[in-house]
Amino acid sequence: MQTFGQQLVNGLSLGSIYALLALGYTMVYGIIKLINFAHGDIYMLGAFWGYYSLRAFHFNFLMALCSAMVVCAVLGVVIEYFAYRPLRHSPRITALITAIGVSFLLENGMSALVGANARSFPQALPVVTYHWLGIRVSNIQLLILITACLLMALLELIIKRTKMGKAMRAVSVDPEAAQLVGINLNHTISFTFALGSAMAGAAGVLIGLYYNSIDPLMGMTPGIKAFVAAVIGGIGSVPGASLGGFIIGILETGVQAVGLSAYKDAVVYFVLIVILLVMPAGIFGHNRREKV
Amino acid sequence: MLKKWEQRSMKVAALGVTALALAGCSSAKSSSNQGNNPGKTIKIGVNMELSGSAAGYGEQQKQGIQLAVKKINKNGGIQVGKTKKKVQLVIRDNKTTNNTAASVAAQLVNNDKVVAVVGPATTNAGTAAIPNMTKASVPTVSPSATDPDFTLQKGGAVQKYVFRACYQNDFQGSSAAKFVTKNLKAKRVAILTDNSSDYGTGLTKAFKKSYTGKLVSSQTFQEGDKDFNAILTSLKHKQIDAIYAPGYYSEIGLIVKQARQAGIQAPIVGSDGMADAKLAQIAGKQNANQVYYTTPFSTKAAASNPVASKFMSAYQDKYGSTAPTFSALAYDSVYMIKKAIENEGSANSVKIANGLAKLKNFKGTTGTITIDKKHNAEKTIAIEQLTNGQVTKTYDVDQ
Repeated sequence: MQTFGQQLVNGLSLGSIYALLALGYTMVYGIIKLINFAHGDIYMLGAFWGYYSLRAFHFNFLMALCSAMVVCAVLGVVIEYFAYRPLRHSPRITALITAIGVSFLLENGMSALVGANARSFPQALPVVTYHWLGIRVSNIQLLILITACLLMALLELIIKRTKMGKAMRAVSVDPEAAQLVGINLNHTISFTFALGSAMAGAAGVLIGLYYNSIDPLMGMTPGIKAFVAAVIGGIGSVPGASLGGFIIGILETGVQAVGLSAYKDAVVYFVLIVILLVMPAGIFGHNRREKV
Repeated sequence: MLKKWEQRSMKVAALGVTALALAGCSSAKSSSNQGNNPGKTIKIGVNMELSGSAAGYGEQQKQGIQLAVKKINKNGGIQVGKTKKKVQLVIRDNKTTNNTAASVAAQLVNNDKVVAVVGPATTNAGTAAIPNMTKASVPTVSPSATDPDFTLQKGGAVQKYVFRACYQNDFQGSSAAKFVTKNLKAKRVAILTDNSSDYGTGLTKAFKKSYTGKLVSSQTFQEGDKDFNAILTSLKHKQIDAIYAPGYYSEIGLIVKQARQAGIQAPIVGSDGMADAKLAQIAGKQNANQVYYTTPFSTKAAASNPVASKFMSAYQDKYGSTAPTFSALAYDSVYMIKKAIENEGSANSVKIANGLAKLKNFKGTTGTITIDKKHNAEKTIAIEQLTNGQVTKTYDVDQ
């Protein structure tokens, strides 16, 4: 029972990171139907920004987190402006390939710029471990969980309660009709990228603090796992992405807990295939018919 | 109409010719068996993982290689017969992929006309480079390809042009098994393997072969993984006396950290991929206790080895940190080539290969090296213990 509880804690803290990343995928997909493969690398850039701001500018943790969100939001907008906007009217496959290209550019660019070595993240917060019914929970695990939940709630608020959120929802339903009623398409899309990238930046700093190790290729695997999470939850759906993230985190932990660590990635992808076969639109997705 | 067709066919033909020409560049010559000869300088190629997943290790090896060449050139170069020739490096990135490693090898031997190559760092890329090296009769010394079969052909005969400066896995794995049994008196051991590299799986195989106690659990992880909490939590109640975790410092550092935070105090034993100051940084100093690893290059032993201590201080001056094992191995690889050239009195690539095969009692930074019949580097092995992130004790393992 204790072990089960402990594994649940492990799964939840891993899952909240995937959830934060999955949100970015799902929002961008919901708006412009683009799978932004560079999203995992924005998360890496967030972690590096955290690293340098803590070391060079002596920020405290909260400032590092917030500044990383701002920097990543700006980066997200810049990437959208230079890489995806010129391709707005090209076939979707072109934008997809460009996204993979941007991902490679960021990974290898950072490797060339700062070196490919793994480096240790400055410990901005001392680790305190709480014991509760025989379960060990560290303050950082709690912090990750709480920050993730807060940001997700904030995102939900922005999408459901603000004017910009309304514009985002309108664009995702029908971009042309949205323009007809006076919504600025470019602004809305930039805003979506900014929001998603800010989430990724926050996840990067949190991961840096939690695992204490960052490197330029750190975004690759989590990026793909988060993408799977977004698909499982129903790509385009915000609550779906959060749920998908937690499902993947707990699934991965569970597989390792029963001693099948060699198959942990295989199981995640297997579940992806099963979900796509049984519920092609994901858990929260709507099965919309494509207009021809 | 005809004109258009003609134009098109000309284009196709032109393309074909270019492709052929390119193909001609990249496939190795097989006609001459004389190998490459040096020009005014001795060209040494570097076929290295400078980007991709192993770039961290490749970068460290490059630093070691550059340091060695700089030192050689400062002393006038390498004595070839009666003249001294400077060394010129040709560094190329194989991107940690097998195809690129093979084409980089072809480029180095055919276009750059190098007489010897250092690298690649990983067994996989290294193995991919062998056919082109052998065709051109140019020797390659890998600083860190540890798979026992790396220097051997399929039938078990030795690869004439392939050498290594590091241990092979069987030696290191069995030493760790002996240490765990004799020194740590561990009766129940769990294994955590990096199964994304030949290095991790090879060491695990060797460890399992010679460990006689009870193997409680054998788990694996992938290079780049960051979360080991689930595996460690499942190990916690299995009463293990030690964990054997062969892999590189970037992952093992995290395993050490997460194990100690999960309340697992059992000793963690690993391999030379952990011998890096970054291990303690990633794990956190307070967590890096009861950590052991097999290594050719003990910082303690370096104090009594003049070659090593000179290298250590040169590295410290240049890069401002303690020299990692990979840099030391790469440094030795260059000096092994130098020694082979001096012994043979020629920098012809075939002669260098002969010289490398006959290398005996070469004093390197990682110990006294003798190349055996299978082109492995024979040298002593030590086990270092970390306490609060510092090396506090060195054990010798009797074979």
